[in-house]
Amino acid sequence: MVSFNLLVAVSLAYVAFLFIIAFVAERQAERGRGKWLRSSLVYTLSLSIYCTAWTFYGAVGYAARSGLEFITIYLGPTIVMIGWWWVLRKLVRIGRSQRITSIADLISSRFGKSTALGVIVTLIAVVAATPYIALQLQSVTLSTAVFANASGQNWGAPELASAALWVAVGLTLFTVIFGTRNLDANERHNGIVMAIAVEAVVKLCALVAVGVFVVWGVAGGVGPTLDLIDASKIAEWSPPGGRWFGLIFLSGAAFLCLPRMFQVLVVENDDESRLSTASWAFPLYLMVMSLFVVPIAVVGLDLLPDGSNPDLFVLTVPLAEGRSGLAILSFLGGFSSATSMVIVATIALSTMVSNHIVVPIWLSSRAGGAMMSGDVRYAVLLARRLSIGGVLLLGYVYYRLSGGGEALAAIGLISFTGVVQILPSMIGGLYWRGATRWGAAAGLITGFAIWAWSLFLPSFGAGEVIPQIVLEQGPFGLAWLRPQALFGFAGLDPVIHAVLWSMLLNSAAFVIGSVLTFPLPLERLQGAQFVDVFEHSTGTRSWTHGGAEAEDLLVMAQRILGSTEAQDIFQREARLQGKEGYLPEVTPKFVEDLERELAGSVGAATAHAMVGQLVQGASVSVEDLIAVADETAQIMEYSSRLEAKSAEQERTARQLQEANEKLTALSIQKDAFLGQISHELRTPMTSIRSFSDILREGGASAEMQARHAGIIHDEAVRLTRLLDDLLDLNVLENGQGTLSRQEGHLRDVIDRAIAASVVGESAIKIQRKRAEEAIALDTDLDRLTQVFINLIANAQKYCTAAEPVLRIVVRKAGGRMAVDFIDNGAGIGKEHQEMIFEKFSRLSDHRKAGGAGLGLAICREIMIRLGGSISYLPGQGGAAFRVILP
Amino acid sequence: MATRGKKLVFLERASYRQRRLQDVARLLPVLAAVLFALPLIWKLVGNDGRGTSDVMIFLFVIWSGLIAVAAIISRRLKLEPESDSGKEER
Amino acid sequence: MGKRVLVIEDEPNIIEALSFILSRDGWTVHTHSDGVNANERIRATPPDLVILDVMLPGKSGFDILRDLRADPEMQALPVLMLTARGQTRDRELAEKLGVNRFITKPFSNAEVIENVRALVTT
Repeated sequence: MVSFNLLVAVSLAYVAFLFIIAFVAERQAERGRGKWLRSSLVYTLSLSIYCTAWTFYGAVGYAARSGLEFITIYLGPTIVMIGWWWVLRKLVRIGRSQRITSIADLISSRFGKSTALGVIVTLIAVVAATPYIALQLQSVTLSTAVFANASGQNWGAPELASAALWVAVGLTLFTVIFGTRNLDANERHNGIVMAIAVEAVVKLCALVAVGVFVVWGVAGGVGPTLDLIDASKIAEWSPPGGRWFGLIFLSGAAFLCLPRMFQVLVVENDDESRLSTASWAFPLYLMVMSLFVVPIAVVGLDLLPDGSNPDLFVLTVPLAEGRSGLAILSFLGGFSSATSMVIVATIALSTMVSNHIVVPIWLSSRAGGAMMSGDVRYAVLLARRLSIGGVLLLGYVYYRLSGGGEALAAIGLISFTGVVQILPSMIGGLYWRGATRWGAAAGLITGFAIWAWSLFLPSFGAGEVIPQIVLEQGPFGLAWLRPQALFGFAGLDPVIHAVLWSMLLNSAAFVIGSVLTFPLPLERLQGAQFVDVFEHSTGTRSWTHGGAEAEDLLVMAQRILGSTEAQDIFQREARLQGKEGYLPEVTPKFVEDLERELAGSVGAATAHAMVGQLVQGASVSVEDLIAVADETAQIMEYSSRLEAKSAEQERTARQLQEANEKLTALSIQKDAFLGQISHELRTPMTSIRSFSDILREGGASAEMQARHAGIIHDEAVRLTRLLDDLLDLNVLENGQGTLSRQEGHLRDVIDRAIAASVVGESAIKIQRKRAEEAIALDTDLDRLTQVFINLIANAQKYCTAAEPVLRIVVRKAGGRMAVDFIDNGAGIGKEHQEMIFEKFSRLSDHRKAGGAGLGLAICREIMIRLGGSISYLPGQGGAAFRVILP
Repeated sequence: MATRGKKLVFLERASYRQRRLQDVARLLPVLAAVLFALPLIWKLVGNDGRGTSDVMIFLFVIWSGLIAVAAIISRRLKLEPESDSGKEER
Repeated sequence: MGKRVLVIEDEPNIIEALSFILSRDGWTVHTHSDGVNANERIRATPPDLVILDVMLPGKSGFDILRDLRADPEMQALPVLMLTARGQTRDRELAEKLGVNRFITKPFSNAEVIENVRALVTT
């Protein structure tokens, strides 16, 4: 017979071994070594915390009572795992891209970082998990008691209680040491994951060893074992159909929602490919775990006296057969199951409690004071440690209060049903962008209430919490509110009854709440990021395509600020950077400036989120941002209607004032033009008249006479040209005259224009790229040439640079071909830019121009007639005109 | 942004294979659910000859088969990057 | 050596015409074709008569006249103004500023000589 002391020694040695494993793994990870720590195998094994002591011991007991039904608890997770492509893949991707720390964080984050939702989910998780932790403590103490009693000690309640206390203290210690060593953003615990992976191996080996012993050592082979099954009291296959389906669903859903499963599945997972391996490896683990459950159960039923606790068959069958070594291994397997579950569950719960309850309270209690970052860190760590102790204490207290009786055995499914209340919000949040925080809160609270009323509270036993009379007749005699027969559905299995109603009403409340309420901008942003996580987070997004980013930012900024203002900001920045057009380099400074601009409109947080998403390339598309921006704009519009009204009046007044200014300027210009036209006409006439007088008076040499006649001729030509221009403009303005369409090449047109206008030694230097000019045209080429001649001549006349250079650039602008004429002179001041195309305009009265200021007016009229346009292009470092080709 | 909205109609052979593997990966849990429910139908149609041991053998065979298929899929299925642009063909 | 006349005008052909008819009438003709330095030029070598165009590059004839009359030594210098704009407003402004004679372009040669002679003999 095994001595109890030996068992204690072996257990302590095993615990020491786990400490060393965890410590070594932690050290390896710190040094950046030990990639194997993060292998798919370790990941898969860490998932085995699903198999707690409840499944290690309890599955056999379950099978001994209800036959094959226990297997549903494994089938649910199997379906979820092999269906990883649906949910788990998305969950893991979101967990990584959003840096999710727990399932409460997932829900809170999805619904606009709602603090309240985090609290609700945390409370549900703690309430549902506490009995489960108590169950683990019970299983360890009960199994220890088996050995104690076997070795002659007679354990009663006091011994059990103190053993449970010691186990709880030991687990607290281990969890605090390895669970709160670091406070990484990713919340990964190498040491603990490694330790639970080892424990996973131990419990699998233990169960398989007992199973092999039972089948081949006791029953005498596979055939006899099957015969034994057929001969046992569980031989009949008679599952209640509802329970079979319901429990598969329940266990699958719980697999996703249990805080400890979320911890190992998502939080501790740093590589999606692990999931791919675990998708088949973990079902394999589950299958092997359940392979020998029925044989052990039937052999135990056959071998042991009636009234023995079937929950302990795994332990008592080897003991009864005198295999103490096997019994110790089995004990270690059960111990592993219990401890690994408690450790991970405690970490997961304490993370939630500290992040969503303790720290927010702590922060708000000392609001206003400037905080050092180390301060917060210490507070969080302390909160985490206290939470771990608190969770285990709760478990212990529950164990003591519940008396550790048979009532605990059923707690597994009750606990599952509790956490599953998170499912509708989680799945809805992952796949439905319309889900809102109100919907989630409504669903969670409804589901939690129904669970507590119909399953959790009655589980304490009739009359314990809910009086017998209420159970039988409903509260205040309202029969349809009877806890286990809601809406008159009596006679249903209590668990299935609770699952059915809680899930139905939870989902209904979630959907109705979501449909009726309106999400916050941040919620919509998060919703888009969650639901479309695969569209935006391909993991390796490069930031080399600067143009597209600037454009994305511009698109977004335009939605928020209005296009003119946004374009101004971008153009200004582009100019500052010495670039042309509207798209500057996305420098950190520019992003900062832009964010400040946006913050003025939508608030700092939203602006930060929006810009951050775009610039850091996390996971949201421009469309999503625009959706948010549009909505924000709508809200702003809505809330500032009155403001807008006065703003509109102001705008109208400003427009009127502008129009007035323009008119005044025009009329001044018109006066000036009349003076100008007079001057332009009289000047050549003066020369003509004067020299013709001289000629008429005679007396000059023939040579002189010829010269004077030449001057008269030139001035007459000048006069004619001026009159031609005036007439030309008049014709164009009145839409008279016909265009003669021809086909030709842009290059030839530019060639001709240059040949006609660039003459003399002071000629401007022309820079062009002939290759870009290979564009076919079908328009009035002569008129187009006239425009180009005008622009080149203008540059020659007005360019003030010492070495005047005119660049002729062909480019695409707004989907059409444009020819830009850019010189290196002083350019045209902003105050004149609006006027230069007016036909009466002339920038200064200096004579050099030699024209009446009609050139650009004519150009504009021509381009309008041709179906193109001409405009002044500001910010090009000189005067620049853009001709959009027809 | 430029490629957004552009629908790929034909995929090269390898990508096509990936898409179909994804389909199988999606269908597998549905198949599993149906198969795991089959023993209930035996009971409905009144096959009294089948007891716990038969159902147990059936379940474990199905289970093994599903695990094998899942293993093959997970080996063949590439996670990145094709899987992420998988929306286009749907 | 005749009396000196300074022609301030920017149109080369008009300068040539004026030079021709004035030198034929016995004047020594100096020319200046830009508005900015005109006052300095007058002060440096004061002529007997200035013929001043209104529209000049850099500085208008009106401004030159105003600056000229602001200088006590130059208040008596005869100035004949030419304008091509021909608006009465111009004439009024010129007279206010202290012009001696005012001719609108285009002018006949006789008109110029007559005015020039009138200014220097009086």
